[in-house]
Amino acid sequence: MILARDPFNVIIGGVGGQGNVVASQILGQTLVNKGHVITIGETYGASQRGGAVMSHLRVSAKNPWSPLISEGQCDLLVSLEPVEGLRVLGYYGNPRVITLTNTRPVFPMDVNSGESAYPELSEVISKIGQLSAAVWVVHATEIALTMGDPIYSNMIMLGALSAMGVLPIDREGFEVTIRELLHSHRLGDNLKAFDTGAEAVKRL
Amino acid sequence: MSLIAQDAPGKTVLLMGNEAIARGALEAGALVFAAYPGNPSSEIAGSLSLVADALDFHVEWSVNEKVAMEVVAAASFAGLRGLCAMKQNGLNVAADFLLNLNLTGCRGGLVVVVADDPGGISSTNEEDSRIFAKLGDLPLLEPSTIQEAKDMTRWAFTLSEELGLPILLRSVTRLSHARGNVRLDPLPRTAPRARFDTSRPRLPFPPVFCHKALHQNLDRSGALMESSPYNFYRGPEKPELLIITCGSGWMYSLEAVTTLEIQHRVGILKLSTTWPLPRNLVLKHLKQAHAILFVEEVDPFLENNVKELFAQHCIDLGLKRFHGKATGTIASVGEITPAIVTSALEDLLNVNLEPRPPEYARKAREAVAQLVPSRALGFCAGCPHRATYWAIKRALALDGREGFVLGDIGCYGLGMGPSGFSQMKTIHAMGSGAGLAAGFGQLERFGLTQPVVAVCGDSTFYHAAMPALVSARYNTSNFLLLLLDNSATAMTGFQPHPGTGRTATGKEAHRIDLKAICEALGARVDVADPFDLKGTTEAILRLLQNADGVKALILKRECALLRSKRQKKIYTMEVDQERCLGERCGCNRLCTRVFRCPGLQWDRATGKTGIDEAICTGCGVCAEICPVSAIKKEAA
Repeated sequence: MILARDPFNVIIGGVGGQGNVVASQILGQTLVNKGHVITIGETYGASQRGGAVMSHLRVSAKNPWSPLISEGQCDLLVSLEPVEGLRVLGYYGNPRVITLTNTRPVFPMDVNSGESAYPELSEVISKIGQLSAAVWVVHATEIALTMGDPIYSNMIMLGALSAMGVLPIDREGFEVTIRELLHSHRLGDNLKAFDTGAEAVKRL
Repeated sequence: MSLIAQDAPGKTVLLMGNEAIARGALEAGALVFAAYPGNPSSEIAGSLSLVADALDFHVEWSVNEKVAMEVVAAASFAGLRGLCAMKQNGLNVAADFLLNLNLTGCRGGLVVVVADDPGGISSTNEEDSRIFAKLGDLPLLEPSTIQEAKDMTRWAFTLSEELGLPILLRSVTRLSHARGNVRLDPLPRTAPRARFDTSRPRLPFPPVFCHKALHQNLDRSGALMESSPYNFYRGPEKPELLIITCGSGWMYSLEAVTTLEIQHRVGILKLSTTWPLPRNLVLKHLKQAHAILFVEEVDPFLENNVKELFAQHCIDLGLKRFHGKATGTIASVGEITPAIVTSALEDLLNVNLEPRPPEYARKAREAVAQLVPSRALGFCAGCPHRATYWAIKRALALDGREGFVLGDIGCYGLGMGPSGFSQMKTIHAMGSGAGLAAGFGQLERFGLTQPVVAVCGDSTFYHAAMPALVSARYNTSNFLLLLLDNSATAMTGFQPHPGTGRTATGKEAHRIDLKAICEALGARVDVADPFDLKGTTEAILRLLQNADGVKALILKRECALLRSKRQKKIYTMEVDQERCLGERCGCNRLCTRVFRCPGLQWDRATGKTGIDEAICTGCGVCAEICPVSAIKKEAA
């Protein structure tokens, strides 16, 4: 697969604790195994404490790029949490961006406390749609909960991403990476999460 | 097998900058590693600890950075190669040893890695550690890419042995916590044997003689840097503008110049050996340009040193215009980004780039302003620190004498914000809470009537709070030290410490008991479980009111994230929707508005509280908060 642009800029956005960094590492290693040059920057400061977290992933056929994507330069947005996707588009979005989003909100502390409001999900998705060239959605957290642990939602998202055909990742490449990077006893569950994500993703 | 241990020369893998540094040291045959965890440096020793047994080398979490550097220096004195790693604050702790080690020199290759945190993303300060290279007359390397992080670390060992000096290698967040392709080189097959040559003692005497030898050595180092392949120039022979950059600045500068399509106008001198400077190389390029822009993270280190060099040669070089942090062209604080460099170039060269259609940009920003709520940091669901601060707040209120909490470094630093009910009133260096308490505890005779409380995590206690406690006890100070023992260095990734009874590689170790240490100092020591809010509140109040001298209360409860790795919920939580009176209760949403555990959610539609089962860890603490007992816990 030839990349739409070089570098092709991917942002994975979400909330600390959702497995953002692991997702970017697995996606990156899978692409390295396919011969791509990858640079990933992690904005991790709040990774364990409920803050907004982003990984910047730059895919090139030729050379490394800086680990930070600039304003308006996102080509593919993988959003593990709906308003976090919108937050990313606010600075990094542009008319060509393709977005994949999870539908399960993680309420910020101020929303839980009743001091501010979380917008209606339909409104968030519709706004993401207005700011993207194409939007794909998957109920990743709900599926993960039926599997017994919300942590699988990031693998479900990667499975969903594989079905969109924007990046050269497939089940085979995913499996090679998982075997190399994660504990083998979870291999089956991770593959199941990947497959379920690939089946469940829908283009709006 | 971890990627950093793969014996697969020529293979390309995706490594984090910190892993690349670790791999570089392994390729250089280093056998001894020591560190104290601190972001963004933690994964250097962390990744090594996973492969130490397989590759048969020593790695340890030392009690603090000074000890880490001493442990590695011992290996060097015995002829082995070693590396220690720390964040910028860590070098402050180790600096006393470093500024003697530079005078005694070393034998086996010794590399000191310091990962700076521009912008203070996970630090209390923003500090440029490079000044220590100049202060200590030591060679300084600054890699720019992940591949360079590996290759230059390996080279640093050779350089160290050639000069007989420790080498400082400075990383920054955007290198340490970035990932990129790395082509692996071979791992060595042979290991040297350790022997300390007593005919060559390591004594910094006489200091003036050693200092002079060090200066000569530094000159030699400068000559070696001239031919380093990691310093290079890219651009036209006589550029309109010369960028001089290092570290993360190289990729940002390259990207800005490429994106603006001004490669024919701008040249980039990329330096990786920034102290001492490769003087001839710098002078050669200064000669070719009239305008110079410096791009570097945190302080104008390179900028000032190049200007100093220019001042010595200005008669030959002629007039120059320098742009950088001194002129405000590059921000003098905070992280630099490709956008900052792009904007500086746009101003200097009168070019312009629209990053995206303005109409889209306006709509996108508007959508965020209208719909996206802010996401403040807070303690995790089920974190024992939230319960601890709840008990502290209640005990101080019940005591009624305006008692206050002196803070320290760790997750519990969030105690300064709403998540810890704004209880924490100071935060400085590791162990400073106890040190400040030792001082406040002397002020009663000058009229201080407020009770003094310090909080300190378990790992922080061993690192730097112990001397403060010894001093306080010796000088009969008076305060309460709360030891928040969550059985891990949680903030930086759950590394074990002397109190956990496990080494860096997971082996059983002698457990250094917090309680026994405090008792040995003659302090009164109590123990409580923070999840027992009532018992903890009473224990704090009792110690505040009933005893003089140094008192310690150990609040023991494992970090919620650590526990969740092996055990699911303790309790299944539920809010009885009949019982929860919501807005009519009069509690003013005590659970969601004040206690603020992310597992509790205020439902605007029903006007009542609920539990988010994807987030709740089932600690059961909130059941104690609710005045009408609407929150129910049931053993899971």
